[in-house]
Amino acid sequence: MIRLENVTKTFRTGADEVHALYDVSLEVAQGQIFGVVGASGAGKSTLIRCVNRLEEPDGGKVWVDGEEITALRGESLRQARRKMGMIFQQFNLLSQRTAADNIGYPLEIAGVEKSERERRVLELLELVGLEDKARAYPAQLSGGQKQRVGIARAIATNPKVLLSDEATSALDPTTTDSILDLLQGLNKRLGLTILLITHQMEVVKKICDHAALLEDGRLVEAGAISDLVADPLRRLSRAFFPPVIDIPRDPRAVHAAITFLGSAADEPILANLVRKFDVDVNILGGSIQEIGGRRVGQLQVEIQGEQMAAAVAYLGDLGVRVEVIK
Amino acid sequence: MNIVEWWPRLIQESLTTLYMVGVSTLLTVLFGLPLGVLLVVSDERGLSPRPAINRVLGVVVNLTRSLPFIILLVVLIPFTRWVVGTSIGPTAAIVPLTLAAVPFFARVTENALREVPSGLIEAAQAMGSSEWQIVSKVYIPEALPGLVLGIALTLISLVGYSAMAGAVGGGGLGDLAIRYGYQRFQTDVMLVTVVILLVFVQAVQSIGDKMAAKISKR
Ligand SMILES: Nc1ncnc2c1ncn2[C@@H]1O[C@H](COP(=O)(O)OP(=O)(O)O)[C@@H](O)[C@H]1O
Ligand SMILES: [Mg+2]
Repeated sequence: MIRLENVTKTFRTGADEVHALYDVSLEVAQGQIFGVVGASGAGKSTLIRCVNRLEEPDGGKVWVDGEEITALRGESLRQARRKMGMIFQQFNLLSQRTAADNIGYPLEIAGVEKSERERRVLELLELVGLEDKARAYPAQLSGGQKQRVGIARAIATNPKVLLSDEATSALDPTTTDSILDLLQGLNKRLGLTILLITHQMEVVKKICDHAALLEDGRLVEAGAISDLVADPLRRLSRAFFPPVIDIPRDPRAVHAAITFLGSAADEPILANLVRKFDVDVNILGGSIQEIGGRRVGQLQVEIQGEQMAAAVAYLGDLGVRVEVIK
Repeated sequence: MNIVEWWPRLIQESLTTLYMVGVSTLLTVLFGLPLGVLLVVSDERGLSPRPAINRVLGVVVNLTRSLPFIILLVVLIPFTRWVVGTSIGPTAAIVPLTLAAVPFFARVTENALREVPSGLIEAAQAMGSSEWQIVSKVYIPEALPGLVLGIALTLISLVGYSAMAGAVGGGGLGDLAIRYGYQRFQTDVMLVTVVILLVFVQAVQSIGDKMAAKISKR
């Protein structure tokens, strides 16, 4: 649905050059929720803005729904943009228009006639749960309500693709969750393909089925969340489970992160370990998370004893993901 | 002479001032608004960058603004005669008044438009808006409160200019104040004139403020 091929973007300000994107290739299939994560300044915004050409790539090609966006100009580019919705961190609603008129804007510029527009706006207000806010101006709405208006506006023309540039970064955790639920619902009900960028790992964990990691303008990792979680060597996988680092480590012990996926979580693994290998197991930290709709548990432990190496090997044999932290 | 005998004259000259200032403001907005929009849109970071045009417009605006009004008035006499057929009278005064105010209002418009957050322009572009749609549906409505204040400011400046224009044959309150009040030492006429002008300026300012506040939904 969305394909980037060797996209490059360099910003020049005077003598300075910033390689915001360096040879980035990426594919988002129909119906996916694809998250691109990375630190601030990694080039995430530049990447998503290249998709609808708010930013002009210096090199490479971009396709959306079979159409080469990078080859379009003028009116044909505007037409293509009407098939992509976009939402923003700062919402970017027109302050002089009511919620209803903001949602009606894309229909208005596409020449949809007034009665049809009003009907569709009502439908959209209902879809995002803001029936009672039709006449409110953005200044009278909360952050979450503004983003709901932003989402309704973005999907008003029934686009196949939604681009989200840090859409929840300005919201509190509860509101973030409700917005993510809304996006996930739209993805399921309308088959909307979503490309989102965020610096919040939580967003990826909650709604994405695919993810990529951007670092200094380079795409260093990409794949399905289920694959990424299962592979402890992946950087994204580590990002899901940030290691407990503020606990002093015993130099004689093995410090390991154990990740339980699926049925392995049902076994009394640690009890077995202590019994079989006569080791001490010290729990440093742990969490159970839902990632891509699956429950995943992780424990950070110190294992100490003569047979500690064998104990670690045993864990690996059980199909539990073990990462020894050096 | 009793001030009461001056009333018909004062009313007549007030209407002349209103006519000069009113029509000039209308024309100023008519020409200044597009010029201001052009200054913003043609900027190198604008919607449709045209650096050469932008530079020329900028120079023309600055030149006209830096010229003292009294000089503009004189320089424009042939042009005024060509446009309205005469270079004296209130209608003739409208030409230099408008020409002096257009660059001022263009800058006011430029500033008001630049206050519109760039994110709104990008959102409009992302939705597939044409440049004209962005100007008419985003820039101008979003900048409207600032533009209304700018129009009030233009009206007030024009009241001041109109006194000068009046002095070179335009008539109006300012002319009255100078000719009778200043040159013939009729302090009471001058005083009443000044009070009328003051009330007018005050009224324009507070109506402008109220309208801008009412329009703004921010
Ligand atoms: N318009 C611009 N002019 C110059 N440099 C820019 C511009 N936009 C972004 N950059 C630079 O490009 C890099 C990537 O920016 P961005 O894509 O916004 O990162 P992110 O969204 O991941 O925080 C940063 O170093 C940023 O300073
Ligand atoms: Mg960003």
